[in-house]
Amino acid sequence: MITAGRIVRLAERGRAGVRFFLDGEMHSALAGDTVLTAMLAAGHALRTSEFGPEPRAGFCLMGACQDCWVWQDEGPRLRACSTPVAEGMRLRTTPPEHWP
Amino acid sequence: MSGTAPPRVVIVGAGPAGIRAAATLVEAGLHPVVVDEGHRAGGQIYRRPPDGFTRTPEQLYGSEAAKARALHGLFDGLATEGRLTHHLGSSVIAVHEGRLHVLGEGGLQLVSYDRLILATGASDRVAPVPGWQSAGVYSLGAAQIALKAQGVALGRRIVLVGSGPLLTLVGAQLVKAGADVAAVLDTSPWNQQMRGFSRLAARPVVALRGLILRARLGRRYYAGVTLERIEADASGVTALRWRDAGGREQLTPCDMIGMGWHLRAETHLADLVGCAFAYDEQWRQWLPKADEMGRGGNGVYLAGDGVRLLGADGAEIAGRLAAAACLADLGYPAPAISADLHKLKRLERFARGLATAFPWPEAMARTLPNDVIVCRCENVTAGSIRESVERGGGEANRVKSLSRVGMGRCQGRFCQLAAVELVAAKAGCTTEAVGRFRGQAPVRPAPIAAFLREG
Repeated sequence: MITAGRIVRLAERGRAGVRFFLDGEMHSALAGDTVLTAMLAAGHALRTSEFGPEPRAGFCLMGACQDCWVWQDEGPRLRACSTPVAEGMRLRTTPPEHWP
Repeated sequence: MSGTAPPRVVIVGAGPAGIRAAATLVEAGLHPVVVDEGHRAGGQIYRRPPDGFTRTPEQLYGSEAAKARALHGLFDGLATEGRLTHHLGSSVIAVHEGRLHVLGEGGLQLVSYDRLILATGASDRVAPVPGWQSAGVYSLGAAQIALKAQGVALGRRIVLVGSGPLLTLVGAQLVKAGADVAAVLDTSPWNQQMRGFSRLAARPVVALRGLILRARLGRRYYAGVTLERIEADASGVTALRWRDAGGREQLTPCDMIGMGWHLRAETHLADLVGCAFAYDEQWRQWLPKADEMGRGGNGVYLAGDGVRLLGADGAEIAGRLAAAACLADLGYPAPAISADLHKLKRLERFARGLATAFPWPEAMARTLPNDVIVCRCENVTAGSIRESVERGGGEANRVKSLSRVGMGRCQGRFCQLAAVELVAAKAGCTTEAVGRFRGQAPVRPAPIAAFLREG
């Protein structure tokens, strides 16, 4: 199943739905998705690079490269590849405005 | 030993090496503590999906399903019976005076040890390709984890590049799962692959399985390619430019690229506990020194791909051996080891055959154009690395402090091996003479709040 975003769901599609917010808009993911899977099923990037113009979408998926740290509207940043998505999460691809 | 508390042995990593080490210690009557970043034991190669996923081990691990089942069952059984302590979802970020600094969901805690077994595994060994900072470029391991643990492909049209067993395996797994794999591009030419072939006969079944997987890739597979440039637009990868073995220019449209040249040992913790390191010419990387049992000195034992890149089967054996060495050193009866030592030697012959057949693309790294990004964390270019050699000479840590290569949040895990090749070429010395980046705690990013204590 081709998603609206980067990823294609090839298996395990019969899971329950989970709703989350990405940059203020509601999206749905599946229970057991990581934040990375959920965000990349909804879009093409996780964050913008602090050091260049290109968007980033993760790299190693095993917690070693640290390319996939993403922001939430409130609360700490998350490593998207190793954090399960949870109902009502409010994720964002850019830093919150109150971040200095 | 009556009247004294039993020795506390801590194992870092719950992949094949860590699980076998734990089981060996439990059999001898000890209660090991296992710290692992995963939420379920298995490591990367035998990684398990979250609860609620329904594919069987046969679907997930193919020919290796029985091994995966055995390891998962063994570990879960020991954990359920309370014969070991499992810190899951926890990263060791530092080691100091016999204590591990463990960062988990509940914050930072100190875990002390009398003996330490490091089974930290490996990640993909990657090399920069112009444009590899673009969204949609992943490691081969990432493509495999996405498929195994999430049931997804990381793109609609996929190109895999690199060399080594994982290139073929991930390609075949994605094709079988129904992903659109446009091309599988191996930088090792046929004649190079034949050079390693005689030693691959040390494991004929594994070698044959590899050939069968490659046959499944059919006309997608090309040997001896040259990688030119990853094309991208504002949303990520759009195509890969490459040359085939005959030098002809090729352009393959795609939105995902997976790359990897075999494995890079995860050695940061071995570095922090003071293990000595030696440069391995064949694996083209620095590895912690250990005896054949895995003794690294000072009560530290090393097992699995974090010390010798033998793959999952070798890791299981090395885990048993490291635990046996630990038990013997503690004065406990240790299991017999001669059969395991013999098997390990055979696996090493095979692994070194693989290293010859599917080499690290040293020349590609050394000749990267100046504008190419080498460090993906902070977009440090090949040009600024070369410039730092001109200013400060060809020593790895000098280059690191002048150019910031290896100082980003991955701490050099994905740029170091290419960076030292560049430095060696610029300085006119051997790669070994350049040295290696010193590991620094914390070896994983940690929030400041984790270090703050009330009161």
